[in-house]
Amino acid sequence: MPAQDELIEVGRRAVELSPAEATEAVITSGANNLTRFANNTIHQNVAHADADLRVRAAFGNRVGVATTNDLSEEGVRRCVESAAEIARHQEPDEDFAGLPGPEACAEVVAECGRTARFSPEERAQAVAEIIRVAERDGLNAFGAFATGPQTFAVVNSNGVAVAQGFATADVNVTMSGATSSGRATCTDADVARVDAGQIGERAARKAVESADPIAIEPGDYTVVLEEDAVGDLVGFLGYMGFGGKAFVEGRSFMYGKLGERVCGENITIYDDGLDPGFFPIPFDFEGQPRRKVMLIEDGIARGVVHDRVTAAKAGTASTGHATPPPGAWGPHPMHLKLTPGEASMEEMIASTERGLLITRFHYTNIVHPLRTEITGMTRDGTFLIKNGRLTKGVKNLRFTQSVLTALSNVEMIGRSVRVAEGCLVPALKVGSFHFSGTTEF
Amino acid sequence: MEDLTKLAVEAAREAGAAYADARYVRTREEQTSTRSGKVESLAATESRGIGVRVLADGAWGFAATSDLSRSAIVEAARLAVRIGRASATTKKADVALADCDPAVDSVTAEVKEDPFEVPLEERISLLLDCDRLMVQAANPAVREGHLRFVREEQHFASSEGASIYQEFTETGAGIECTAVGEGETQTRSYPGSHGGQMATRGWEMVEELDLPAHAEEVAREATELLEAPHFPSGEADLIMDGNQLALQVHESCGHPIELDRVLGTEASYAGTSFLTPDKLTSGFRYGSEHVNMTADATLSGGLGSFAYDDEGVPGQRTDIVKEGIFCGYLTSRETALKIGQRASNGTMRADGWDALPLIRMTNINLEPGSWTLDEMIRDMGEGYLLRSNSSWSIDDKRLNFQFGAEIAYRIEGGAITGVVRNPTYTGITPQFWGSCDAVANREHWLVWGVPNCGKGEPGQAAHVGHGVSAARFRKVRVGVLENGAEPDHE
Repeated sequence: MPAQDELIEVGRRAVELSPAEATEAVITSGANNLTRFANNTIHQNVAHADADLRVRAAFGNRVGVATTNDLSEEGVRRCVESAAEIARHQEPDEDFAGLPGPEACAEVVAECGRTARFSPEERAQAVAEIIRVAERDGLNAFGAFATGPQTFAVVNSNGVAVAQGFATADVNVTMSGATSSGRATCTDADVARVDAGQIGERAARKAVESADPIAIEPGDYTVVLEEDAVGDLVGFLGYMGFGGKAFVEGRSFMYGKLGERVCGENITIYDDGLDPGFFPIPFDFEGQPRRKVMLIEDGIARGVVHDRVTAAKAGTASTGHATPPPGAWGPHPMHLKLTPGEASMEEMIASTERGLLITRFHYTNIVHPLRTEITGMTRDGTFLIKNGRLTKGVKNLRFTQSVLTALSNVEMIGRSVRVAEGCLVPALKVGSFHFSGTTEF
Repeated sequence: MEDLTKLAVEAAREAGAAYADARYVRTREEQTSTRSGKVESLAATESRGIGVRVLADGAWGFAATSDLSRSAIVEAARLAVRIGRASATTKKADVALADCDPAVDSVTAEVKEDPFEVPLEERISLLLDCDRLMVQAANPAVREGHLRFVREEQHFASSEGASIYQEFTETGAGIECTAVGEGETQTRSYPGSHGGQMATRGWEMVEELDLPAHAEEVAREATELLEAPHFPSGEADLIMDGNQLALQVHESCGHPIELDRVLGTEASYAGTSFLTPDKLTSGFRYGSEHVNMTADATLSGGLGSFAYDDEGVPGQRTDIVKEGIFCGYLTSRETALKIGQRASNGTMRADGWDALPLIRMTNINLEPGSWTLDEMIRDMGEGYLLRSNSSWSIDDKRLNFQFGAEIAYRIEGGAITGVVRNPTYTGITPQFWGSCDAVANREHWLVWGVPNCGKGEPGQAAHVGHGVSAARFRKVRVGVLENGAEPDHE
């Protein structure tokens, strides 16, 4: 894997070779080492390493983009020439604000060599621990154990030259019995903190306890949502309206709502790319410093994330959330966090007279973005709560629900947070959640 | 690059692999996008590398590298063997592969007009012309145009002696717009949503689509939908066509017939399938007698068309559902043996050089019936025609689904009488296909491209196709929204 200074050197070479008036080079490098298991055996086991260079070349406000994973001298030259050639044929872009100059970025500590070096043999040993749990309980284990380093660098002709690396260890386990399944996950920068056996135990317990599920009628239920389910809801809010592009085009639920209440006053959501517990990256793909952005504070809409283009249209400054060029998605919050409360999972369940415990959602999709209405299924551990206790597993249900309406009915918030579905979130107890259908298992 | 794939295979065998194959893949892509009167992006992408797949100690290993030096390729092959041996520490039995005659072949899918040769100015002009027409017609707030060209070259070699070169070109095109109103946004697209149409064809497909001829209608419909009546809740008869029906086939037929998924290898991610192996020979009724489905990699121009899959097995046509009865899976060399079949039907494909081949859809088709669309509408009486997919969700066994479309055309007295906004419908797969009572004929039949079919960990996106015409479904549950209905339902 190339080191950070090697990536910056690739970027500098691209800038030097470029015939354009302004040139930006974004270099990403990473390894994906993943051991996948099913039916209590490893069935797919892969490792690949790659690095690519993305060049944005500009003549005035004519901009072209080219990408290659050939980082040889000739490969870099072809890439910059391709970007410049495209730019020459491009129409002028009035929104292009030029490339930024260097700005100080925060120092973050994110790399973990242990995770980057974790071997196929070590992953296989960890998976074997999970399989032992499954076989002990008469279950089948399915899942993946992934480790790998990633490094980003941004270099431009105005003097920007920044790089950052980090590593992730990501484990998901689904345990399956004859009539039920259970799931547990863990994401951490340091693989030493990942206890595969314990993750397997959590998933196995859910599968065993939800066996022989009963069918219940769709309708409105109080729900206790575990972190993976909450992460899904918060992540979809990000897609539907926390980005500056949807906001300036009037397609976001935040448009025209800044300063107004959009959900319960116990809800605060922000994006913080510098949080040391959340894979910090101190700059965006334009090399601009990432800033903490308050999105919803005590239920009041406060702001959205911007890159330089959407910031200019909104009359504000970039918040450091540019995506890689050409950036058709526009700026995006990559570090969404919902602030924790004070409740334990046990307290949330004990306070529920009749409701459902939801482990996770599956195949969630947008129904109506302005109403933040989404649909999806429950999966891998859905339980009926009666008189403050988990009773039976229930057959899976389809929900169709506005996220902001759900966040207007939050009765309790978990005291701890974990990374789930790409967000840092606690568990939630929601007073009313709409289930529109059922399935057969 | 043939020598490099052979080098990888030899290095893997020397390191102890009982079987090895290697794929060199070079992918070149160009995208042109316009948005609201200006060119949003012009981008060119190129990626190349080698992936090595091995069986070592009876288990799979895979490693890939973008470093094409001989030493890096040998190192990747040795790593694949090491990974295979790590996999073997949990094996219950050695992996076995169905026989396959090792092919030595070279196949280039020809296109009439190379899209990469079309000047940038012509591409931009086409999309900006559409933008201007949309403005003139109704001035929707957001207007988009997309052109996407892909060329992939592959060299495949195996330790059994296969050596295959394949090259194909794909072309995609589409326009869409979003009208913004008070508390409402409405999107319309042509020829379909999610980027439009894509096929293993050339620029001639873009010319046939004639995007400018449809720009005004797209803009007018998006704007009209802002004030259109809401879709009702309850039960209704539906006709669907185009990429709405293609997505329905994709999610409720294409995925559940993937045999790797059926056998559990995708359980932790995308899920499993209600089409368990016992249903293959039990006469399981998947749909009504009007429902005939095939998997066909041999169709000319389909996005799921190819000569050989990524195990070197020839592309084939397979019956999936005959007169409503389920009768076939998509298989691989490993999974075919597990259900007692002697050979793979050739559906293993990988997303580029750095991905492991998985069972993927080819062109999964609803075979044409005998109706014209007009006959279906006239015969229908009351109901809705749904067009252009906007939302999709289905459970992890592919039974309970909920879909949304961009637009519903209300049918009254056997004729279209207006448009209705935010149509949604839900059902259980075999019941839904069991309610199909008419399928349109071959004149309405088109292979729709889906270039973003997600599967696997690490995630892969496959390019697949769906040949469909139009189909009618009776008594479908519709209007599935929060609290059962639109807030201001009429």
